[in-house]
Amino acid sequence: MAVVYEKTKLLTDKPLHYCPGCTHGIIHRLVAEALDELGVQEKTIGIAPVGCAVFAYDYFNCDMMEAAHGRAPAVATGCKRVNPDNVVFTYQGDGDLASIGAAEITHAATRGENITVIFVNNAIYGMTGGQMAPTTLPGQVTTTSPYGRDPALCGYPIRVSEMLATLDGPAYIARVSVHDVKHIMEAKKAIRKAFEMQIAGKGFALVEVLSACPTNWGMTPQEALKWVEEKMIPYYPLGVKKEVE
Amino acid sequence: MGQKMLMKGNEAIAEAAIQAGCRFFFGYPITPQNQIPEYMSKRLPKIEGGCFLQAESEVAAINMVYGAAGAGARVMTSSSSPGISLKQEGISYIVGAELPCVIVNMVRGGPGLGSIQPAQSDYYQSTRGGGHGDYRMLVLAPASVQEAVELTQKAFDLADKYRNPMLVMGDGLIGQMMEPVEMPDYQKDPELPEKTWAATGWKPGCGRDRAIINSLYIDPAVLEKHVNHLYEKYAAMEANECRWQEEMTEDADYVIVAYGTTARIARSAMRKLREEGIRAGLIRPITLWPFPAAPIARAAEHAKSFLTVEMSMGQMVDDVKLAVEGKKPVHFFGRTGGIVPTVREIITEVENLAKEGK
Amino acid sequence: MAKLTIAREICKGCGLCADACPKHLLALSKEINTKGYHPIAITEQDKCIGCAFCARMCPDAVIKVEK
Repeated sequence: MAVVYEKTKLLTDKPLHYCPGCTHGIIHRLVAEALDELGVQEKTIGIAPVGCAVFAYDYFNCDMMEAAHGRAPAVATGCKRVNPDNVVFTYQGDGDLASIGAAEITHAATRGENITVIFVNNAIYGMTGGQMAPTTLPGQVTTTSPYGRDPALCGYPIRVSEMLATLDGPAYIARVSVHDVKHIMEAKKAIRKAFEMQIAGKGFALVEVLSACPTNWGMTPQEALKWVEEKMIPYYPLGVKKEVE
Repeated sequence: MGQKMLMKGNEAIAEAAIQAGCRFFFGYPITPQNQIPEYMSKRLPKIEGGCFLQAESEVAAINMVYGAAGAGARVMTSSSSPGISLKQEGISYIVGAELPCVIVNMVRGGPGLGSIQPAQSDYYQSTRGGGHGDYRMLVLAPASVQEAVELTQKAFDLADKYRNPMLVMGDGLIGQMMEPVEMPDYQKDPELPEKTWAATGWKPGCGRDRAIINSLYIDPAVLEKHVNHLYEKYAAMEANECRWQEEMTEDADYVIVAYGTTARIARSAMRKLREEGIRAGLIRPITLWPFPAAPIARAAEHAKSFLTVEMSMGQMVDDVKLAVEGKKPVHFFGRTGGIVPTVREIITEVENLAKEGK
Repeated sequence: MAKLTIAREICKGCGLCADACPKHLLALSKEINTKGYHPIAITEQDKCIGCAFCARMCPDAVIKVEK
């Protein structure tokens, strides 16, 4: 019998701490599989965020650094500048990247910093218990927008991929989703591409992954995936936003 | 020692860092330390493997330092008071993750934007931690451009030895003043261990454990063990790294305690007071943390009183009082940011103490 | 014929794999694992086509597929 599918060695044996049905696990797996396929384990340095993925350093089976909230792109910059042959990636959520770390991601992008950014957008702060995020949809109920996000009061969600794609620095920016197997396969391709861009020295690459948070959305895992498809994708259209030759 | 050159303090510090093997600098413009990043931006790109990057903020700069230090490099950043406040988050993480780096603070007046003139009002921030959590930074306070050069180079070795950030704290005068300098023939401490902990790439069987540069210890018992380990390092610093200079304290009735530029002014005042027949002495802390309590305690055995002089409203004076342990009065004279105490002012202060028998 | 190996102790019983299976061969067990979840189980192993959709959907890398 041949192995059709098994867990990649680029993930450690440590069981993931994420809630049942949280798609962080899928995204971890896709990143690890891409690194495994590219054969770059011994060159890879991952930068973990603050948020639900704070323990990512326990899961990715490579050298890791844990950054302060929002600062992963700056940490990655320092790391990559010291050892340009390393494959350096950040793994960040939407509170980390699009709110407190908005300056760091924007400037890493505009510098064309030769790193790969995995941006997990689940429209909410997960780790702290479901507060409103910069990506929370208009009308979405969270623990700090109990009447639904009111744009008149707190503005509109940020479409990070489109915003960063306006800059000259980035080499590759794409938004993908992991709400079904077809989209997971596409997400994998985009993540692999984002690492290939770095390895080829093309510069900054970011993949925004729409992700489900059943616990803080107050849904079953199945309902949460449906919500990604029906509510998030219309606001956050999928596709490649920028790609240089 | 090399040739004697006339150099501005900021530039001399930058060159000293390069001579000590610093190849990475991340910073953000702020007066009065701009000559450090400017010098680095000229020199580092011309050195193989060197990189200067102007960060988008002080916050980003210190986190770039975290990344570069985590990758095993000798790395530095510099700033001035408001910028150092912004770096505090990153400094706390660097301490927690046990990363070596050198930070320069050319102190200016505060609070808030304060002024751009020299001050010493960041003493509390520097010696009490500054950021969140239980920790210390070794704080080196040069009183001349030559000493700034030597202490900057020493700071790189100490950072690697203790895996802790080192703070070189100059008042703005040290940074802006030009003085003759001899660049020492720097030799790295041969005792320093290899940085086997650095994140440089790992695979199974490569001969070391997976590197995890991290300051998160979610289990309180494990965190306590980690913090105890940090405090063992601080105890070693207190035992081995405390530095100070004493002048004419053996028979002194009045002991002036001052550091940095203020100590130079105090030295002139002390000599004039001696000429007048008042037995004054000077203790100049070179490390602000660990604080040289021992020479002050010794002087307290015979001195009539102490005068602490600072370019602040009185911060180091607390440490002097702790060292004196209430045995003798500890007086204070200070001016705030931008107003450098004069020799005359210090002489008058001591003369008044002598007159009043305090 | 294909073979699924399920790491029952790691499974959190979210059921996303069951929805992904084109042959509807996966269901939660009645028993619970040591974490207190009902782990996923295959109902009819011999009908599995080895497409690995279940494994690709699983957030916890619980499933190994051989064919």
